[in-house]
Amino acid sequence: MSIDLETAAKVAKLARIRVEKEALPALADEFNTILGFIEQLSEVDVEGVEPMVSVTPMRLKRRVDTVTDGDQQAAVLSNAPDAREGFFAVPKVVE
Amino acid sequence: MSGLNTLTIAEARDKLRAKDITSTELTEACLAQIDTAGALNAFVHGTADLARQQAARADERLQGADETPAMCGIPLGIKDLFCTKGVASQAGSAILNGFQPEYESTVTQNLFDAGSVMLGKLNMDEFAMGSSNETSTYGNAVNPWRRGNDDAALTPGGSSGGSASAVAADLCLGATGTDTGGSIRQPAAFTGITGIKPTYGRCSRWGIVAFASSLDQAGPMTKDVRDAAIMLEAMCGHDPKDSTSADLAVPNFEAMLTGDIKGKVIGIPREYRMDGMPDEIEKLWADGTAMMKDAGATVRDISLPHTKYALPTYYVIAPAEASSNLARYDGVRYGHRATLAQGDGITEMYEKTRAEGFGPEVQRRVMVGTYVLSAGFYDAYYNRARKVRTLIKRDFENVFADGIDAILTPATPSAAFGLGEMADADPVAMYLNDVFTVTVNLAGLPGISVPAGLDRQGLPLGLQLIGRPWEEGDLLNCAYALEGAAGFVAKPGKWW
Repeated sequence: MSIDLETAAKVAKLARIRVEKEALPALADEFNTILGFIEQLSEVDVEGVEPMVSVTPMRLKRRVDTVTDGDQQAAVLSNAPDAREGFFAVPKVVE
Repeated sequence: MSGLNTLTIAEARDKLRAKDITSTELTEACLAQIDTAGALNAFVHGTADLARQQAARADERLQGADETPAMCGIPLGIKDLFCTKGVASQAGSAILNGFQPEYESTVTQNLFDAGSVMLGKLNMDEFAMGSSNETSTYGNAVNPWRRGNDDAALTPGGSSGGSASAVAADLCLGATGTDTGGSIRQPAAFTGITGIKPTYGRCSRWGIVAFASSLDQAGPMTKDVRDAAIMLEAMCGHDPKDSTSADLAVPNFEAMLTGDIKGKVIGIPREYRMDGMPDEIEKLWADGTAMMKDAGATVRDISLPHTKYALPTYYVIAPAEASSNLARYDGVRYGHRATLAQGDGITEMYEKTRAEGFGPEVQRRVMVGTYVLSAGFYDAYYNRARKVRTLIKRDFENVFADGIDAILTPATPSAAFGLGEMADADPVAMYLNDVFTVTVNLAGLPGISVPAGLDRQGLPLGLQLIGRPWEEGDLLNCAYALEGAAGFVAKPGKWW
């Protein structure tokens, strides 16, 4: 499997990381090295093997569906790069 | 009183309880050492004021009639991956510049409830991704050890490199670390200290910045095995805020340190004997095997046939989980937000923020994770890796079912290397540092690294013991026997 520039650009887009055009060849090279290494997994016979979901065979804990916390608006917004009038502020999402 | 910073936790506890020393004296001794140790770049956010307050409170508790917890008054360093309320917590990343959590991680809360003192936050690889502490936004942490008379700076290992360096240089009595593929055990081995990764689920992950959620576990990094037992007990326990936290009683680990391992069966896995392994590692392993035998254990050759596939499995699963966990760093709720150009919308904001905020290794892993999870490759990579992980875990279950109590392996394939020496190597060459440790994370088992010897250049080397799930007490006792037999007492010469 070989990653071309177009695939590298698509992956960067999906990951929401800006990669300049000039940097794409080096990125594709690195992907190829890492994926080449990962390729070893195709040698393993996994016929009939269940994919691991949890390393401990343990049912996740559940709790009653009630409010346990709240009224933390100031704390929630305290680290925001931009917050106005009790909301997170972001650039326009819908034209 | 000078030299208090060189005490172990157990020694300091006994002196504190006997009122020979105060936590305030102990804390001041550590703070003074930290002030002179800037060259190690281990502490990256100092919390001296908080430390003094906590020490004063601990001294009040120690004056009381009741017996205080073992950790009461003990000064610690906290890895920057742990969110600490009101104190900068950046996970070594520029994207979390200025982030001051409004909450406390469960592990640090447990330590504080037990009376521990926080000296500051410790350097680490960005988002715990690295084996050399060279990917941190704070710059490299430096190993206090050097090769003979050579003054080249060496790596303390990663990702808990700051923790390892601080403990090895006696800047604190113990430190928290986290281990996703070996990030406690490898730096412990590189700096001549002890580090244990407990069973997955033993320590709450709540409030620890997530890297790969199914692999991450917190653990203590300490000067010896007894301290590891004491500190681990204070860190772990069931936490309703982490749904993967095990609802199991926490034993008194220290009380289990008898040093008696007669009748224990120690497995030596043949697949860990790799081509090109340095003679010194080979010899260390053989010596460790002989020590276990001399202490009365039975040694048996075992096979873990899927060992070879552990690293490739890890480098699918860890980036996949990282790409998902790190999706939250988008410049909206906390941390860095890129300056936007006229007309930029929300997508540009995400893309620019993440390109500016994440370093190259983090970007690489997030993108690899995105790729292996993407439509068309999910089954070929991610699902296949999860199946191989099942097989890796089954290998361990089989040997434990055959009566093996613990498994002895080297901790790392070499001693500490020089900072910058791996700069031209491809990423996969760096990943090989975790070759002996990563299986343990994939199988969710406890593993401990104990310093066991020096290489010909005078650098520490570690041996690893792997235990049965939830049997940390037994594992620590095996490590205690190994530590006693190895008699490792070397310390780095002070140059900083």
